[in-house]
Amino acid sequence: MEISNTESIPGRTIVQFYGVVTGNTVRAKHIGRDIMAGLKNIVGGELAGYTELLQDSRNEATQRMIQQAESMGANAVVNVRFATSSISQGAAELFAYGTAVRVE
Amino acid sequence: MLELFLNFGLPFLLLLVAYFVGTMLEKGHFRSIRKREGEYAKFPVVTFDTMPDDWSASSGTLVSGSVVISLDYFKRVIAGLRAIVGGRIKTYEPLLDRARREAMLRMIEDARRDGYDAIFNVRLETSRLANSRGDGKGTAGVEMLAFGTAVKFASRFARTQ
Repeated sequence: MEISNTESIPGRTIVQFYGVVTGNTVRAKHIGRDIMAGLKNIVGGELAGYTELLQDSRNEATQRMIQQAESMGANAVVNVRFATSSISQGAAELFAYGTAVRVE
Repeated sequence: MLELFLNFGLPFLLLLVAYFVGTMLEKGHFRSIRKREGEYAKFPVVTFDTMPDDWSASSGTLVSGSVVISLDYFKRVIAGLRAIVGGRIKTYEPLLDRARREAMLRMIEDARRDGYDAIFNVRLETSRLANSRGDGKGTAGVEMLAFGTAVKFASRFARTQ
């Protein structure tokens, strides 16, 4: 499975379009990380725990999008976009979407 | 006396600690960013949504880098004061700047680790994370995300000058 955020896969030709595929995940922060982040909030800077959490979540959303594309028979997803929304306190939705295509 | 210290001394002490430690960390981070940006200066990263004509790619994939940052106590207090009169909040500017540059560097490192030669169609996104408590207090962070399509050049000399 090849993915890109452009309208084609570099070095390949698109032969068929399958349509929009999406993947999402909603995650909450866990309390241990939150306490560490609370301490870090005093001096500022990177919240490494949160970076990792969002990275994992985004990977999962991307994986779900890829699964959907595979089930359609596609072998690539182009024009991938990411969106993040905080839906309630302490929870965030990570969302990935793109166009499933077949490339050669 | 103890009460006086708890009410006024402690927040002041915290402010002082936040200022010195925060400033130190920020300087260290900027040094590291500048050093790595220098190392990757020859690595082409562009925001064009199609590949430049002189690139001939054999394969490509999506790469990304992200950072979650928090606002320190000192900066929040200064910004709170600034909000009264309005204007530029200088304490926040370097914070967002270094987070964004760090996200870009992580994206580049991601691409280089897998042996890619360049990145195009780079996009930068900023999103605010929710507070962990309903009353608007608790930890809030800002996430900076950089992503783009990394390509491998068809041959070592594919990129004509």
